[in-house]
Amino acid sequence: MQSIEQIRDLIVARFPGAEVTVIQNPGPAAQHSLLLGHAQARDIALFLRDEPSLKLDFCSNATGVDWPEKEIVETTKVKVAQPDGTEKLVEQKTKRLQPGYLEAVYHLYSMALKHGPVVIRLRTGNRTDAVSLPSLTPVWRSCEFQEREIFDLFGIVFEGHPDLRRILMWDEFKDHPMRKDYVEPDDYEWEPTPHDAVLTKAKGHYPAPGSTANAEGGM
Amino acid sequence: MSEAPAISQEERDELRRNGILLTSLEEIYNWGRSNSVWPLQFGLACCAIEMIAATCSRFDIARFGAEVFRPSPRQADLLIVSGTVTKKMAPQVVRIWNQMGEPKYCIAMGACAISGGPFKQGYNVLKGIDRFIPVDIYIPGCPPRPEALLNGLIQLQEKIKSQHLKGPDAPRHLRDDVDCIYPVPEFGEHDLVPPKNPNLYEPPTLVRPDKP
Repeated sequence: MQSIEQIRDLIVARFPGAEVTVIQNPGPAAQHSLLLGHAQARDIALFLRDEPSLKLDFCSNATGVDWPEKEIVETTKVKVAQPDGTEKLVEQKTKRLQPGYLEAVYHLYSMALKHGPVVIRLRTGNRTDAVSLPSLTPVWRSCEFQEREIFDLFGIVFEGHPDLRRILMWDEFKDHPMRKDYVEPDDYEWEPTPHDAVLTKAKGHYPAPGSTANAEGGM
Repeated sequence: MSEAPAISQEERDELRRNGILLTSLEEIYNWGRSNSVWPLQFGLACCAIEMIAATCSRFDIARFGAEVFRPSPRQADLLIVSGTVTKKMAPQVVRIWNQMGEPKYCIAMGACAISGGPFKQGYNVLKGIDRFIPVDIYIPGCPPRPEALLNGLIQLQEKIKSQHLKGPDAPRHLRDDVDCIYPVPEFGEHDLVPPKNPNLYEPPTLVRPDKP
């Protein structure tokens, strides 16, 4: 199979001006992926499916990723002029706020040519109001339930999906539990051996002896 | 019937050895229904596989008169909650329980049905079916072996046999003061509403040695 850069070049040759970026995976798996723009995502997906040298006819997995807003501190070395006329290298830290977004990741294989996976990603504009993505269910039917699951747990709205409803949680449910900022219902009950996050909850519900605040213990 | 019997158990056993069968209405009524418990054909997760194994020839739940798994709650006496009860499934389980006719009994089979098990801290799993349904027998295990289910069934039979037909510990269907219908929780925006039936369940309070 071609490398991810060759696949990107194939796409760009077929769709001039298409937004296709290779996202490098620095880990030992080195499973690099293609970030597609919204406008031509479905055409590119159709091309990946039907192109004779690729024939990525099977979407084995679609999942979501939540990237919350992140503060990135970058350290750069700059030369600062000293009062005595010399220059000195000083480390300067700049803070930059990386906006958050949601991501849908698709793993594509070829049953016909027995190769894969090719990973493609789609990114939303932000995590609040611009959360729609083009649905790839019309291209790979196996995405239908998985896109519903992403919609349910991450809150990505897939435009063009034939039946976009919640699939795991009930319809009246309002939250998206797989988002990093999800707050689960406060229904802690007594545990014999609390640990980690559960221990934090236990301390809130059953304060340690001696502390006067809420000494009776919550339910 | 709940008063002290006129003859003792030893005297009764002695008569039985001599071929004279002496019984009471309560005893024969409970004997009959305890040996013909019809469970509901209802499984939720991996514990249901062990429940199925208990019905097959190797373990053979028919030895205890409970082999007739009914596909309809109207015909069943026993609800074996075998597996994880998700919050999405909980209203349906309570609804099935309400549809069963009295007298009915409930076995919570496995860690999940008892307390939520390994998923207890999850946002989507009920922390035990006893939040909404009165549970008669708890069978611990993950999953419990078929022998454990059979032992639970024997314990349930003992419980049925020890029930008096009158008085405060009579079964629900012989009393006028208890309602046999349990409220079905609604789907809320973040959790089930209510998250538990306060008449049935309160979480244990922590007792510290330094506090009275």
